[in-house]
Amino acid sequence: MSQPAYSVIGTRPIRHDGADKVTGRALYGADFQMAGLLHGFVLRSPHAHARIKSIDTSRAEAYPGVKAVVTAADLPESSDRMVDIGEGETPLSYVRGNVLARGKALYRGHAVAAVAAASLHVAEEAARLIEVEYEPLPCVLTAPEAMLPGAPLLHEDLHTHELGEKTSTASNVSEHFRHVMGDSEAGFAEAEVIVEREFSTSTVHQGYIEPQNATALWNNDGRVLVWCSTQGSFVVRDATACVLDIPVSRVKVTPMEIGGGFGGKIPVYLEPVAALLSKKTGRPVKIVMTRKDVLEGTGPTPGSFLRVKMGAKKDGRIVAAQAYLAFEAGAYPGAMVGPAGMCVFASYDIANQTIHGYDVVVNKPSTAAYRAPGAPNAAFATESVVDELAEKLGIDPIELRLMNAAKEGTRRADGPKYRRIGCVEVLEAMKNSEHYRSPLGGPNRGRGVAIGFWFNVGLPSSCTISINADGTANLVEGSTDIGGTRTSIAMQAAEVLGIPVDRVNPTVADTDSVGFTAVTGGSRVTFATGIAAYEAAQDVVRQMRERAAKLWSVDPDTVEVDRGQYKQNGHSMSFADLAARIGETGGPVVGRAAVNPKGVGGSFAGVVVDVEVDPETGKTTILRFTSVQDAGKAIHPAYVEGQMQGGSVQGIGWALNEEYWMSKDGAMMNSSLLDYRMPTSLDLPMIDTIIVEVPNPGHPFGVRGVGEANIVPPTPAIANAVSHATGVRMTRLPMNPPAVMAAIWSKG
Amino acid sequence: MSSNVRVSTTVNGEPAEFLCEPRESLLECLRDKLNLTGAKEGCNDGNCGACTVEMDGRIVTSCLVLGVEAQGASIGTVEGLARGSALHPLQTAFLEQAALQCGICTPGFLVAAKALLDHEPDPSEDRIRFWLATTLGRCTGYDKIIRAVQQAAREMREVKA
Ligand code: FES
Repeated sequence: MSQPAYSVIGTRPIRHDGADKVTGRALYGADFQMAGLLHGFVLRSPHAHARIKSIDTSRAEAYPGVKAVVTAADLPESSDRMVDIGEGETPLSYVRGNVLARGKALYRGHAVAAVAAASLHVAEEAARLIEVEYEPLPCVLTAPEAMLPGAPLLHEDLHTHELGEKTSTASNVSEHFRHVMGDSEAGFAEAEVIVEREFSTSTVHQGYIEPQNATALWNNDGRVLVWCSTQGSFVVRDATACVLDIPVSRVKVTPMEIGGGFGGKIPVYLEPVAALLSKKTGRPVKIVMTRKDVLEGTGPTPGSFLRVKMGAKKDGRIVAAQAYLAFEAGAYPGAMVGPAGMCVFASYDIANQTIHGYDVVVNKPSTAAYRAPGAPNAAFATESVVDELAEKLGIDPIELRLMNAAKEGTRRADGPKYRRIGCVEVLEAMKNSEHYRSPLGGPNRGRGVAIGFWFNVGLPSSCTISINADGTANLVEGSTDIGGTRTSIAMQAAEVLGIPVDRVNPTVADTDSVGFTAVTGGSRVTFATGIAAYEAAQDVVRQMRERAAKLWSVDPDTVEVDRGQYKQNGHSMSFADLAARIGETGGPVVGRAAVNPKGVGGSFAGVVVDVEVDPETGKTTILRFTSVQDAGKAIHPAYVEGQMQGGSVQGIGWALNEEYWMSKDGAMMNSSLLDYRMPTSLDLPMIDTIIVEVPNPGHPFGVRGVGEANIVPPTPAIANAVSHATGVRMTRLPMNPPAVMAAIWSKG
Repeated sequence: MSSNVRVSTTVNGEPAEFLCEPRESLLECLRDKLNLTGAKEGCNDGNCGACTVEMDGRIVTSCLVLGVEAQGASIGTVEGLARGSALHPLQTAFLEQAALQCGICTPGFLVAAKALLDHEPDPSEDRIRFWLATTLGRCTGYDKIIRAVQQAAREMREVKA
């Protein structure tokens, strides 16, 4: 397919917010200042599971400098109403309960009370004077333990949804779902080689460098004004309104710059608390989490327990697959095991499949999304089993994947049939890469490959574009910009308008100033908000044709537009010349669009990695790493590479080091960035990237969305590499030095 | 509660004064008293490097320095990197190489990288990786950050030559 020639799409312009971000001028949430600002501090439960018998705030309230103290008693009483705030339907009581614990603390770090004072130090000192009487309860920390009959129950009123039916059993299992396609038992009967293994992965954190923060002012007109770092200002608006039980129109959220999120900055934690403190004091209140608060009090990604069985014919055709997925939701249901069930065999065309998924609550922080949530856990299991199948069959691991790769028309066990996808193209690019064709060389080394899928999402976005008389365009959109999306959106508008991208000035607006826009998540911004910008720009072009037609006294339908040049039968005017005359041709030109695009295109990503394992220490060194991903169309290739590199390195951390190291009584033992060890520059080589472009027919430029799929294949690719280096199958994450040594010793 | 101490210091070449409690960190003083919010707090225990500033020619994590220690010292922050309207070569290279995504780690990396290039104009990739390991980034995988520092080093050497 010949690619259309673009002027802006596919180039690498400097981002619009770049100067502010390299000079230290960009204002992130914690940088917000306001006259009369108070500082808040949140007191958190020291117990993983405890009944809160009483809270006495009197000593804190009497402490000099303290302006207000709040607890769950200051929140409206909870009902069992369901609310949709960002990531599907959740009972409001859970959202509220996570903001401030009511009745029980369900994890260590669960917010219990908060203090506002003139200084942060005073607020913290006062918070320590709050007397909370706890009755500690036995805690349960892993999915397999929590599923046992007789396990301590987190929620006495939680009843299992068993295959769509609500049961009367009180349990820690909030849901059991099943996807069936064909007959997996019959498939296994036909298989000639079968591999079955159990896997487990630890809880890991998104690890954004900027802690959660929020400033709120309960204004004297009754409106609640919020400034914070979030992935979705409308989510914060809606969630804050729900938690406080006020209409959404009473909340205005102004998104500040955001220092990373990766899914973790979708839920609200601090905004309603700051608002309550502000209501009591009449002053703006800012709360910023400490790093310990971030690790102990915000949602990490689920730890998981998985069993995967796959069977193939001798010729390499995979004929049957089964998966058992039990994910730890943390304190409240919602472990992202659903997406794991969608992704576990998504890279393959397998006729017979059975997938069981369990969403299990445990006494750990309530989990949140983390880049392709659920998919890396699932792929770790599947891709390890596929690797072992390849070994047993004596087939090259990429060839085996190609033989079974999902294509247009392949049906997934959870229902959908693929439209045009790039699974084969990604595998071909891996196979043909210089990396894969190069020799590995050296002892204690191993090479691993893996592929992974993320479906991406669409969801609503809004955009307006107004034209200035100097030939520039002001673009207003609602997607908070975590990685350069102001520019990737502006580029799409510029392409349509036929002007250079530096003539489009993008702004991320507050919730009063732009139409509803869903979260920056699901790899949706360049896709969906991109479509909004595309449509708004088309609206501008339509109006500009009318203006040209008016000047030339011709029928607008006869005006042709080519790259910003308006023409009709000998007449010709540039966009800029036409813009200079909008005053005389009818006044302002404003294009607008509100979209909810359905043509989302899933993305496949693959990894080739070489490792060396030190047989004395068990330390794994990444020697070489190649990330391959189908971008559909790379709007800004440098930012696509950046997403691939960032997701890859998060995957490397997940594979080799990162974990919530829990004591038996549910305390996180490594709740600092010294001990929760994320990769540093010294731990890594350069991360090579290969962008594959199989255009998504559902986007005018072919965009798929590239934020997430890249984190799916790293953990299994590294596990496969370590397995080949050591001769032992690695089935647990992280593969830190003690785990690798234990594996090596187990060989005897 | 303790009483305030008056501190006279130099920040980005200009004299600066502030009042602080003895327990307040230099980071708090820069951000809350001098309104220099370029240095960020990511951990408040010296492990993330987002608050890195230069102090008398050495880089420090300003969350681990007390405000009162700035008395008589010379502090350099990200706000002092650009010369008037001209960006520092590192700032330009970070933009050209797309070395930032969310940008929260960028001030720390810029200050740390400047200190490296001030003393070692031609560092190897390994040396850059070692030096910058004091600063955590979570978005970029560091690849483009390393390339940006290499580009800036090249350009700064050419200007000198
Ligand atoms: S760019 Fe986000 S942490 Fe560095």
